[in-house]
Amino acid sequence: MATLITHSPILIIAIPLVTAFLTPLIGMANRKVRDALVIVSLAFVVVLVFALARDVVINGIRVYTLGATSPDLTIPTGFMVPVRIILEVDGMSIFMGIIWSIVSLAAAIFSLSHIASETGQNRFYTLLLLMVAGGFGMMFTGDLFNLFVFLEIASISGAALIAFRIKFADTQEGGFKYIVISAIASLMVLFAIGLLYAQYNLLNIGAIAQVIQYTTLDKIALALLLIAFTMKAGMVPLHLWFPDAYSVAPASITGMLVITSHACMYAAFRVCFTLYGSMLDAPVAGWILIVFGLLSMFIGVTMAVFQKDVMRFMSYHAISQLGYMWVGVGVGLAVLGNAEFIAAYGRDAMSGGIFHILNHAMYKPLLFFTGGALFHCTGTRDLTKMGGLAHKMKWTTILYIIGTLSISGIPPLNGFSSKILIYESVYQFHPILTITGIITSILTLASFTKAFHSAFMGAELPEYKEVKEVPRSMVIAMVILAAGIVFITLFPSLVVDWTIHPAADALIDQEAYITAVMGAIP
Amino acid sequence: MLSKIVRTVANQLILFILTFGLYIIAHGHLTPGGGFQGGAVVVSGVVMLLVAFNSQELKKSLRERLLTIMESTGALIFAILGFVGIGTTFFYNILVGSPVFGRIPPSGAGPGDFWTAGYIPPMNFAVGLKVIAGLTAVVLALALFASGEEVEE
Amino acid sequence: MEYIPLNFPFLAAALLAGISFYIIIFRKNLIKLIMGVGMMSSGVNLFLVALGYRAGGNVPIYTDVPEGPMVLSVPQALTLTSIVINVAVLALMLSMVINVYRHTGSLDSEKSRKMKG
Repeated sequence: MATLITHSPILIIAIPLVTAFLTPLIGMANRKVRDALVIVSLAFVVVLVFALARDVVINGIRVYTLGATSPDLTIPTGFMVPVRIILEVDGMSIFMGIIWSIVSLAAAIFSLSHIASETGQNRFYTLLLLMVAGGFGMMFTGDLFNLFVFLEIASISGAALIAFRIKFADTQEGGFKYIVISAIASLMVLFAIGLLYAQYNLLNIGAIAQVIQYTTLDKIALALLLIAFTMKAGMVPLHLWFPDAYSVAPASITGMLVITSHACMYAAFRVCFTLYGSMLDAPVAGWILIVFGLLSMFIGVTMAVFQKDVMRFMSYHAISQLGYMWVGVGVGLAVLGNAEFIAAYGRDAMSGGIFHILNHAMYKPLLFFTGGALFHCTGTRDLTKMGGLAHKMKWTTILYIIGTLSISGIPPLNGFSSKILIYESVYQFHPILTITGIITSILTLASFTKAFHSAFMGAELPEYKEVKEVPRSMVIAMVILAAGIVFITLFPSLVVDWTIHPAADALIDQEAYITAVMGAIP
Repeated sequence: MLSKIVRTVANQLILFILTFGLYIIAHGHLTPGGGFQGGAVVVSGVVMLLVAFNSQELKKSLRERLLTIMESTGALIFAILGFVGIGTTFFYNILVGSPVFGRIPPSGAGPGDFWTAGYIPPMNFAVGLKVIAGLTAVVLALALFASGEEVEE
Repeated sequence: MEYIPLNFPFLAAALLAGISFYIIIFRKNLIKLIMGVGMMSSGVNLFLVALGYRAGGNVPIYTDVPEGPMVLSVPQALTLTSIVINVAVLALMLSMVINVYRHTGSLDSEKSRKMKG
């Protein structure tokens, strides 16, 4: 068991990768075996992630050096700096890993019947598993260039999955927009990596963080990295591609794409907190995140009110919810370096923002899955054409209600606990942030109630006489996420102590991240 | 389909292009090149055949099933070579010191020794296999697209 | 090679990136947009290779280095990886554009647009 945990950082990335290339071979022979293999491997990854999470919370950061004589030998004998590929798993990385493992398992289960009528399913699962591997790589890597490579793996497979149903014209358009944005963003990241490499001859995040000077070139690199990652995460001035790409993908993939947005957000936080950290002009960077976060919250929700397409409507809500996280963590960033403010409200604001990532990662894929279930049964995404579906689809209705209540922050549910944490802490930083947050929350509830009414309530429509409840695997996938919501609702303090606070502390404590790679500073 | 002269020349040249591509793959650990570069050279030969003959003609001799198997096998060999060293760490070079590719490289400028570099040459072969299969599938699919034919699954 | 000013490649990279940005933002044809992305990747690759260049440097594949500076090998490895990735990106883009053309019969990004708002 100890050996398994030692090697688990690379196993979590490598197992989906190997399975990805096994699926076409096995899928040629037998489809049932292939489906079972995909589910089993992802379930095994979930187990590994939880084992690793327990270890990281108890024993601190775990590093894994590929190809060295020992996994924790980060700096080879005779060298001053790390030269090998290093994976570094701290509280924040493993927090993202937990989310990604659960959602990808649910998405794979949902896909079993959601894409059952499509051609080329072998490739679908190959791409899905590649995307899983790319996402884990982004979260676990301790190396800037690997971050770029895994970002590209995740975005290429994501774009191919968006455009997977080639019989529709809009999927091709959405996929094309996504790949163009991804290509531009990743080239900006690569350019920034070049700028940093030119000055320090290093690629490892911890090693650069130790010697970074915050020169003009560093500032340009920071701007490029932040623009690229916020663009891929769908922050407001650069969000126009976001609903187009997310609304046309198969619903299971949309659920996963939300988490890749979170992964890009994680990369932005990693750059701000760990790579630049104490050298950063923290108030300026923090305020930039806060202002654009507020814009995301408000513009996202106001655009959502007018949408007729159920997936598009939820995509705009995703933009708005991402705003809460930018604001929460942005407040933490703005007071970084001031121990008094961090203790007073900075850590709480960051915990709120990070907690909201977890909650959003449970209820937004759930809502996207219910949207996919509606599309599966009715063949349309237009809310005005639906109606009376509550009579036919009881499970979907109940799960949709859970998601709706959670996203609008109705008190007992988990959306409320993270929102109240954000509201209370950012109020001490600036009251206007809390006010915008509450207005956004009200608009969210209003628009989701309206959507609920038009899709589920009312008399049975004659054209949906034949509609049945969705297949069992889709219900199971949605129940997994709903169970996550219920768990967080029932045990919020347990979740906060075991995952949220370690994650927030890992972002604040830049020193520990550097020490884990470079050894104790003499 | 182009004229008979072009087809004949292409038929003869493809052997040389294949040989050169395989040379670049095999010597990836000694000279500039490697799996991807050599694979791309081989696929340039396939593109030449695509231009000389038409895509339907080529599709008959290249089974898509075979390409998929080749591609997956290449990637699997690469990943399994990584897993072989997991007793120590992932990607640990276990072949160093063994009779296969295990020699310590000689010092000084020279053509280099082929049996060095541990698992890097096998990995180059794996990557080469994957790139040849993958890029062939890509150019073939694009050519078939362009000729207006549905690509069968 | 001493006659080439050392910052000349950087200017060329900046020029390539600038032109490609112009193409991506202002051109309506989807194929031209793909060419813009390709040009941008060439610009970044040129920048990376130019970073690692040392005037009069040696090829970094000798085991016993002759006297004098050595061209940095890491940026070249980065460039190769980026080229490989860009092949995949461009192939994917082209196949999507072919599908867009099949569905809408146009390569003009204004005309083939279905989603608005």
